[in-house]
Amino acid sequence: MKMRTKNSNAPKKGSSHKKWAIGFSIAAVVIWVFYTYIMYNLPDGPQTIFQNWLPPTTVNESLVWVICALGLNIVVGYAGLLDLGFVAFWAIGGYSAGWFMSAFFRQVNFHFLSPSDAAKQPGIHLTFWGVLIVGGIICAMFGIIIGAPTLRLKSDYLALVTLGFGEIIPQFFTNGENIGGFNLSNGTKGISPIDNVAVPGKILGPFDFSWKFSIFVFLTAVMVFVSLRLRKGRLGRAWLAIREDELAASMMGVPLMTTKLAAYAVGAFSGGVGGVAFATHVNGVFADRFNFSISIILLAMVVLGGMGNVWGVMVGALLLAWINSTGLPAFGDLVNNTFHTAINFPSYNFLLFGGALIFMMLFKREGLIPESRLKAILHEGDDTTSNVGGAH
Amino acid sequence: MSLFSGGYQARQDRRRYLERTLSTVAAFGILFWLGINFLKSPSQFFQSSLIGLSNGVLYALIALGYTLVYGIIELINFAHGDLFMLSAVFSANFISIWFHKDSSGPAAWGVFLMCLLSVMIVAASMNVGIERFAYRRLRRAPKLAPLITAVGVSFVLQFIGLRWNGSGPKTWNSVLPAGKFTLAGVSIPFTTIFSFLITAPLLVLMTWIVTRTRQGKAMRATAQDQDAARLMGINVDRTISFTFALGGALAGAAGLLFQQTRGLTSYNLGYQLGLIAFTSAVMGGIGNLQGAVLGALLIGLIQGLNDGLPIGLGQQWSQTVVFSILILLMAFRPTGLLGKAVTEKV
Repeated sequence: MKMRTKNSNAPKKGSSHKKWAIGFSIAAVVIWVFYTYIMYNLPDGPQTIFQNWLPPTTVNESLVWVICALGLNIVVGYAGLLDLGFVAFWAIGGYSAGWFMSAFFRQVNFHFLSPSDAAKQPGIHLTFWGVLIVGGIICAMFGIIIGAPTLRLKSDYLALVTLGFGEIIPQFFTNGENIGGFNLSNGTKGISPIDNVAVPGKILGPFDFSWKFSIFVFLTAVMVFVSLRLRKGRLGRAWLAIREDELAASMMGVPLMTTKLAAYAVGAFSGGVGGVAFATHVNGVFADRFNFSISIILLAMVVLGGMGNVWGVMVGALLLAWINSTGLPAFGDLVNNTFHTAINFPSYNFLLFGGALIFMMLFKREGLIPESRLKAILHEGDDTTSNVGGAH
Repeated sequence: MSLFSGGYQARQDRRRYLERTLSTVAAFGILFWLGINFLKSPSQFFQSSLIGLSNGVLYALIALGYTLVYGIIELINFAHGDLFMLSAVFSANFISIWFHKDSSGPAAWGVFLMCLLSVMIVAASMNVGIERFAYRRLRRAPKLAPLITAVGVSFVLQFIGLRWNGSGPKTWNSVLPAGKFTLAGVSIPFTTIFSFLITAPLLVLMTWIVTRTRQGKAMRATAQDQDAARLMGINVDRTISFTFALGGALAGAAGLLFQQTRGLTSYNLGYQLGLIAFTSAVMGGIGNLQGAVLGALLIGLIQGLNDGLPIGLGQQWSQTVVFSILILLMAFRPTGLLGKAVTEKV
């Protein structure tokens, strides 16, 4: 499978950032060439297998998950702050696309570098690249707003506040049809369609998977680059220090508030980018998609892959996104057709993700592709003769 | 510029001043809102309060489980709400399917009491089992690990609920006496009286166990300092198991009461109610038993008033109101209403 080649190439190249760039590009180009030129020319048999098990839409969706998971990795993996409401940023990013890239706000008429087919429509039409940045900035602002008053709390309280935030934002969008008489989110009907993305010489239709794949791969590469560079820099080292011992870090002169807020803002920014990308992927934004399980799946991706390790998180995200969208149903069909059973495999999602979280925590806390420093910390308490109390 | 300069003390004073002003404004706002609603329709006001309080009693039973567990091992047991959900599904099956009781009567009341006992035992043993297999190994691990495990357990329990109860909500007949009486324009269903009658003794019993018995003393000691408690000869593992059993039993009773008074079960019940209950526990000051009950009654009341009053945000904003309270509380008074501030032990 193509996803495999990408996964196995990438991690080895992680040591130097020139190497990873080469590996990443090769993997991306191979997948791109395959889906653009080879797959549709394959004989019917293999082509059906690919359509069933790894269709291009799943590949693109997985990349969106990777972008969000890498953002969550900065918050959870680098800075060690548990965020259980990441779906809120995904939702805000999605609605930024809905607001600034569609004919939804008919009252106004604003165009900025928008694709030519949107020129005659009313509403706000920004270019896709602009919306990525706007959506990211809005999310980063929300990240700071939610973080600023709560970051002095203990970690588990913080988790709860983010969880509450992740509940409020989707409910706000669900009920947003009438905020003081103003239709802000079109309620459960959602905002659709979203403007097409324009690339030089072409306007991408909703089924232009190859082009969108290149765009998403580019965004993923930017996220990977940012994650790796930040990790090496001053900010990244401050994050790791906070993750390892907050009290000691603050005594060493790490400014706790700004460092934590930076983690929140960067994480939220990429959540927003992922949200915008997802909105263009499904050509719309719908309130009922944004529920708690998305936050948990993202968390499972980070935990499964290896908190703090960019390549691990990427593998975890690709794997779980694939299982969630195509793998489990396709596997279910295979089993049901072979053994003539009628088991509803997608309903085992809960068991799968819950079980994955429990077993990873119990037996392999550092994830599939661990980060060496985190591995050492996570097993600090295993020494039962230690006289450090249960509370960390 | 003098307002924005100054040392630590000045900043603290300004902060305190800001908090006091804000809370005064908020209190007046709430009083005004309650006042106009009361003048508009007194009977509706009391009706909503009653509904809110009867919800609050349920929240109290669940919130105690959170607060007990948090008090002793500092873990937000995300799976607790789902334990409550499974108890509700268990009770529905016990009464309506295994014993075929779907109307009120002396025999049905007997089944109800049997169910109360068994659901409490089942939920308690499940909670102990969860602690034994999922949390105990992680007791000395960094906090993130047990928290993520708890989320995982919650998902697994939801899966069991999904299998058992189906993907949609199910409605059931109650075996509690139906009907209601009217007092000054406020109709009071008998089921509400029943839930008060069942909850009150449970709360008293729990308080007695924690404050008066030997086991309760061990619990309080373990909560204070596990290592010191172990040195004093307390079996810490058993004490923690006992705490989980106590919390589980209360969640079991809450499940039965919910199923009988609302006549509804659904696999995702635990998530919403669990969050609300946890908010209550935090509101009262987590780790504080009286606080949990107080917080639960207040949250129930706020929710009831918001949903039922003529001038209010209405039911579709219910969750938002509750979680906004949670966030504001966390921002300004993380210790809760009755909690005490503690400094970090190094």
